[in-house]
Amino acid sequence: MRTALILLFLLALASIPGSVIPQRNLNPLRVQRYFDAHKDLAPVLDRFSLFNVFSAPWFAAIYLLLFLSLAGCVIPRSWQHAKAMRARPPAPPRRLDRLPQTATWQTGLERDAAYAELRTALRRKRFRVDVHGTALAAEKGYLRETGNLVFHLALLLILIGVALGSLYGYKATRLVIDGKGFANTVGSYDSWKPGRYVKTSSLAPFTIQMDRFEASYIDSGPKAGQAETFVAHVRYRSQPGSSWHTDDIRVNHPLTFGTTKVYLVGHGYAPRFTVRDDDGQVVFQGPVPFLPTDGNFGSTGVIKVPDARPKQLGFSGFFLPTAVPSAQGFVSIFPGAKNPAVVLLGYRGDLGLDSGRPQSVYALDDRRLDKVATAALGVGDTMVMPGGKGSITFTGIDQWASFQVTYDPGKRLVLIATVVMIVGLLLSLRVRRRRVWVRADRDEAGRTVIEAGGLGRSDSGAFVDEFADLIAQLKEVTPPPAATTKE
Amino acid sequence: MPANDGLSTLSDYLFVAAVLSYALAMLAYAADAAWGRRVETQSVAAVEPARVLVGAGASGSDLVTPQPPLTSTAEEAPSHVANLAIALTIIGWLVHAGALATRGFAEERLPFGNMFEFASAGALAVSSAYLVLLTRQKARWLGVAVMFTVVVMLGLAGTVLYTSAGPLVPALHSYWLSIHVTAAIISSGVLTVGSLAAVLYLVRLRYDANVVAGRTPGLSRIARLTPEPEVLDRTAYRVLAFAFPLWTFAVVAGAIWAESAWGRYWGWDPKETWAFITWVIYAGYLHARSTAGWRGKRAAWVAVIGYLAFLFNFFGVNIAIVGLHSYAGI
Ligand code: HEM
Repeated sequence: MRTALILLFLLALASIPGSVIPQRNLNPLRVQRYFDAHKDLAPVLDRFSLFNVFSAPWFAAIYLLLFLSLAGCVIPRSWQHAKAMRARPPAPPRRLDRLPQTATWQTGLERDAAYAELRTALRRKRFRVDVHGTALAAEKGYLRETGNLVFHLALLLILIGVALGSLYGYKATRLVIDGKGFANTVGSYDSWKPGRYVKTSSLAPFTIQMDRFEASYIDSGPKAGQAETFVAHVRYRSQPGSSWHTDDIRVNHPLTFGTTKVYLVGHGYAPRFTVRDDDGQVVFQGPVPFLPTDGNFGSTGVIKVPDARPKQLGFSGFFLPTAVPSAQGFVSIFPGAKNPAVVLLGYRGDLGLDSGRPQSVYALDDRRLDKVATAALGVGDTMVMPGGKGSITFTGIDQWASFQVTYDPGKRLVLIATVVMIVGLLLSLRVRRRRVWVRADRDEAGRTVIEAGGLGRSDSGAFVDEFADLIAQLKEVTPPPAATTKE
Repeated sequence: MPANDGLSTLSDYLFVAAVLSYALAMLAYAADAAWGRRVETQSVAAVEPARVLVGAGASGSDLVTPQPPLTSTAEEAPSHVANLAIALTIIGWLVHAGALATRGFAEERLPFGNMFEFASAGALAVSSAYLVLLTRQKARWLGVAVMFTVVVMLGLAGTVLYTSAGPLVPALHSYWLSIHVTAAIISSGVLTVGSLAAVLYLVRLRYDANVVAGRTPGLSRIARLTPEPEVLDRTAYRVLAFAFPLWTFAVVAGAIWAESAWGRYWGWDPKETWAFITWVIYAGYLHARSTAGWRGKRAAWVAVIGYLAFLFNFFGVNIAIVGLHSYAGI
């Protein structure tokens, strides 16, 4: 038990750096910034997986050791415990009047009859009752130990469920522009994080089509700009050939295919452009997703036009849903598209797409590009490149939503085990063992005298009341002798 | 939808009235502790529990220690000042509850949406937990500490953390969120009261040690009028053992909410990480409490460290660390 507890503390301690140092899985951008700011320290931290604490080998090692030692201490204990659950109440102490709770009374019943009555009464109160010679020993509250055991076993199940999820589950994300969609296959994802044992051939075969993304914001007042609703209006089918259904995916309201769930996790703008080359030929037409960089959805993005002739064209842009001029140029003052504008830089040259170097769709490789033009455009405006060598028109705006698809086969086990754990915890902490002994004897006059004593580990004094109640009931079934009844 | 201005202004007035009432209650508790009549505190030896060995072949768990009742010593029938203190606490509680309720009505939602509201609701949970404890056992000795804490919490809430009334960002529209936050707030109130008892216990031990050694007690003198240490320790345990399953439930409800909002029930977000750390430390406390050699002073220290982790989760993580939870707004 001590080892397991120490490991548990170690797990808690080990998670602290994960909450202080930026983590790749939570915030890759901040990790990048950390690397830029701490050029010497960052690689060292990286060596020890401190930017991936929760998937670090040493974290897994603590987890595994915790699991083993918990199993090693809980499983043998359940064996002992199974025996303890059938344990009998302990024999009465010699002197009941030394116990913290005591009572004595006389009854008109014969001694053996009194025993029988007392025994039935105690049993009715769910006490476990044994006869020890001249006394009854009773005990209840065995659920305390049961609860304790159930709690610790459930803890073990939670660890198993978490492990199942991370070995057999997967997580994937996909950005979708209005009117577009995707199928649940590895190839259609922007990011794909499978557990070690995921079979890519057995993903749930659904397809999702997003008709439209809709966001609304508070218009005025001190909270202006705060989001009110995000909704992705989608159509989906659970397998090729089955019929289409419509639904809305909202934050807190995923779309569910069995154990696989599709969550709305982000959104942004996708301005539409039409690009012509030197000959006036349309070489690009359509929406381009821009990534938000601030709370008012000022967003950056790039347009790459490899088909433009004679030279390739590229544009990097900053989109502002509600643009107003300021000293530094334009800023966006509201996340809704009230006055959309895009500030564009136009490039000519070679986009470097054939260089073999992998490229992000959100960045231009400007090593072999010349910056030739810049302009701020409203919807419908066109920027013509110098010398009439190509143009770009800002034709309108779409929106995009990003979806996260998760499959976690351990989730249900974790949930059930957690509920069981809480029940076990409550039993273990609230139920108290308490013991009562009762002895019936004849006094010199031949009358039956009953003596009772009780012992509770109650912190609250609740046992004092319980004992008093119990004695009242015992007295009822063993009424005093008729002759001595007064009043 | 703009918040209802009249109601939210009323809420702000009630808030100030609650702070006043609690502050007066604190003074009354202090006066009661200093001048109220009380019976002699029993000497430690008198309450040293007798052990009763029960049954043959008794194993550890058969060795049962009867405990002195929590209700018997150190405080006698309440004086006028004590009654005044309790009345002020109840008035403060009512007004405070009114402040939260009117804010909730003004915003047409549970008033648990930003740090100002968490802190105010948390303080209400603290005074509620204390009032409930008062009905179960004598606990006026906790009054000064509890009222002081509540006033400080509300003071911070009303100045540093204040945010005007308004609706929630969409990620917070969820009934699991309401359940999670409500459970978290209630359990934080109970944890606070239990931790105050643990702190008083430690201070009292220090005071007793100082007295025995013939040193001047210094700051630990604030605990000289508390009941005997065992009562403080057991009160702390009772309250914390009540809080622990609640806290567990709050964390679990949070995980269920996270599952519906972010697609994973646990992601080691800083807030989640610190909830876990807090949980582990309190689990350690419960174990320490039933482990020979850890019972008493050491266990109480574990409880205090657990509370520090809890506080860090509330203030440190929201303010200093960037995570998914930070969008609740300061
Ligand atoms: C992770 C959080 C854990 C929690 C919240 C927890 C909770 C508890 C509780 C409430 C008790 C009853 C204490 C009492 O009777 O006053 C208990 C007892 C016990 N726990 Fe845990 N436990 C945890 C982890 C562990 C681990 C990792 C082990 C190691 C195997 C362990 C082993 C035991 C044992 C052996 C007892 C019986 C000790 C006794 O009654 O004196 N627990 N636990």
